[in-house]
Amino acid sequence: MAQLVIKGLQVSVEGESGAIEILRGVDLTINSGEVHAIMGPNGSGKSTLAYSIAGHPKYSVTGGSVTLDGVDVLEMSVDERAKAGLFLAMQYPVEVPGVSVSNFLRTAATALRGEAPKVRTWVGEVKEAMSKLSIDPAFSERSVNEGFSGGEKKRHEILQMELLKPKIAILDETDSGLDVDALRIVSEGVNRVKSEQNLGIMLITHYTRILRYIKPDFVHVFAGGKIVEEGGPELADRLEEKGYAQYAKA
Amino acid sequence: MSSVLPTNYLTPTGREEAWRFTPLKRIAGLHDPAVSVIDRISIELFGSARAGFNISTVKASDIPAKSTTTDAIVQRLRSEVTEVLHLKIDNEAVINEPILLKRSAGNSGEFSRTVITAGAHSKASVIVENTGDGIIGEEIEIRVEAGANLTFITLQEWGPKAVHMGRHHAIIGRDANFKSITVTIGGSLVRLLPTVEYSDQGSSAELWGVYFATDGQHLEHRVFVDHGIPRAKSRVNYKGVLAGDGARTVWIGDVFIRQNAEGTDTYELNKNLLLSDGARADSVPNLEIETGEIVGAGHASTTGRFDDEQLFYLMSRGIPMNEARRLVIRGFFTEIIDKIGDEVIQERLMSKIDSQLETLGA
Repeated sequence: MAQLVIKGLQVSVEGESGAIEILRGVDLTINSGEVHAIMGPNGSGKSTLAYSIAGHPKYSVTGGSVTLDGVDVLEMSVDERAKAGLFLAMQYPVEVPGVSVSNFLRTAATALRGEAPKVRTWVGEVKEAMSKLSIDPAFSERSVNEGFSGGEKKRHEILQMELLKPKIAILDETDSGLDVDALRIVSEGVNRVKSEQNLGIMLITHYTRILRYIKPDFVHVFAGGKIVEEGGPELADRLEEKGYAQYAKA
Repeated sequence: MSSVLPTNYLTPTGREEAWRFTPLKRIAGLHDPAVSVIDRISIELFGSARAGFNISTVKASDIPAKSTTTDAIVQRLRSEVTEVLHLKIDNEAVINEPILLKRSAGNSGEFSRTVITAGAHSKASVIVENTGDGIIGEEIEIRVEAGANLTFITLQEWGPKAVHMGRHHAIIGRDANFKSITVTIGGSLVRLLPTVEYSDQGSSAELWGVYFATDGQHLEHRVFVDHGIPRAKSRVNYKGVLAGDGARTVWIGDVFIRQNAEGTDTYELNKNLLLSDGARADSVPNLEIETGEIVGAGHASTTGRFDDEQLFYLMSRGIPMNEARRLVIRGFFTEIIDKIGDEVIQERLMSKIDSQLETLGA
């Protein structure tokens, strides 16, 4: 059992005229096996929450705490957070020219496992995970994310999640830009990793569409840099109907 | 066979646009007619002769240059060189294994002229490997005849004292494809002119390059693509990495689209990655266009430090900072080096780069 606990998290970014506060006290606890949907309008701070937990240098934490199984995450470097069991599937995965997918995956797995994976089993592992996500094996030799379509990038993120076996994953708008087929493949991948590895998931999304494929246990409405309402799956249905306008002043 | 001839060219002073970046004091008089320079063919075929091509020594006056140049060193060497090495690839020959030419230069200044003719509809690749500590002024003129496909690779793996001033000029014929890959990782002072002109329509050129300058090295590449013929295509992509005190690179990318060059399609790119303070990269793309009737013309140039987003992405997968940096740097190089298509050479170059990076602690 893993537990990610976010308490009173306050985060700001450096703007042209000083620091701008984006997160204004976020409280959230995610346990293994749970799916928490974070829903909210654009600009509400959802992605900031994701990147702050992963440790992006652009964001400075000004208050509150984040712990994973009681250990302070905010004190860790970015790679240490991954080693502790956190994973961020990014909305805009970054291109790394000249670094092949296979080299990248092997280097990451080596870093996370503390030793290089055995060549024979590793190649099989990667192939199997790729085929489950309908990723062409030729992708192994391509540069990371370079020239990938939107759907290919998202599937590649889930591929990494499957292979790197985190305890808690943050999926930042993984559904954006996906057509129905790609959404189904990606969602099946997420559900598979969840059930096989008892993954805890923070599912950040603007739309309810993905929640038809990945069933949330909890829904949190995010507005103005904090959680303004919480409930079960029924809350998502209400949002589908009424939209975010009711939270505009929050 | 040295000579000091009266000249009709001007000795560079360093104030000229073409020479303003180059430390003339370090070029050992190759540009100065008062300093005598040996005339010697310094490259030869590595391995035995094979079918499909022939290498011969030709009197310079029997194989005059087909291109014009304003470069003072090239003008001088043309006037002084008496014998030229000519590599002739037969018409319609398809040669799968690269033709490897190795250079062995002495310790004093030398001039050398080479002509490579890729016969009509031939397909081959030629590699010129430069090692040691030579002081060399050279011209390689490459004549790519109609329908030919030539890959021309030069490897500047010079020793730390080498001085190399070279012009590698291609004249590309009808429907011919010329691809060059220039790798410059050694030498004290290297100044290369990878240049291209087209002699007929439907021709294309891809110029790839990568350079790695460390402490005190001056590596200069002055690309010039002269679009003087309609419907020709060019792509230029040079990448550089700089590390250590006084590491210096210059990249000039001149593209000239003349009035009659309708249907030209050109794009050039230069990226420099600075790994430490005290290094300096100049990057100057120039696009001059005399006709609007073109398919496309563009250029881009970036010089900077590590991309934080790339490092964050890699580190967020558990890869430590140093390892992430190493991946990004290697990736920066391999993007070009992998185009060589010869794994033995690619691995040799990458291991040289790796060991230099290790020494630098980068």
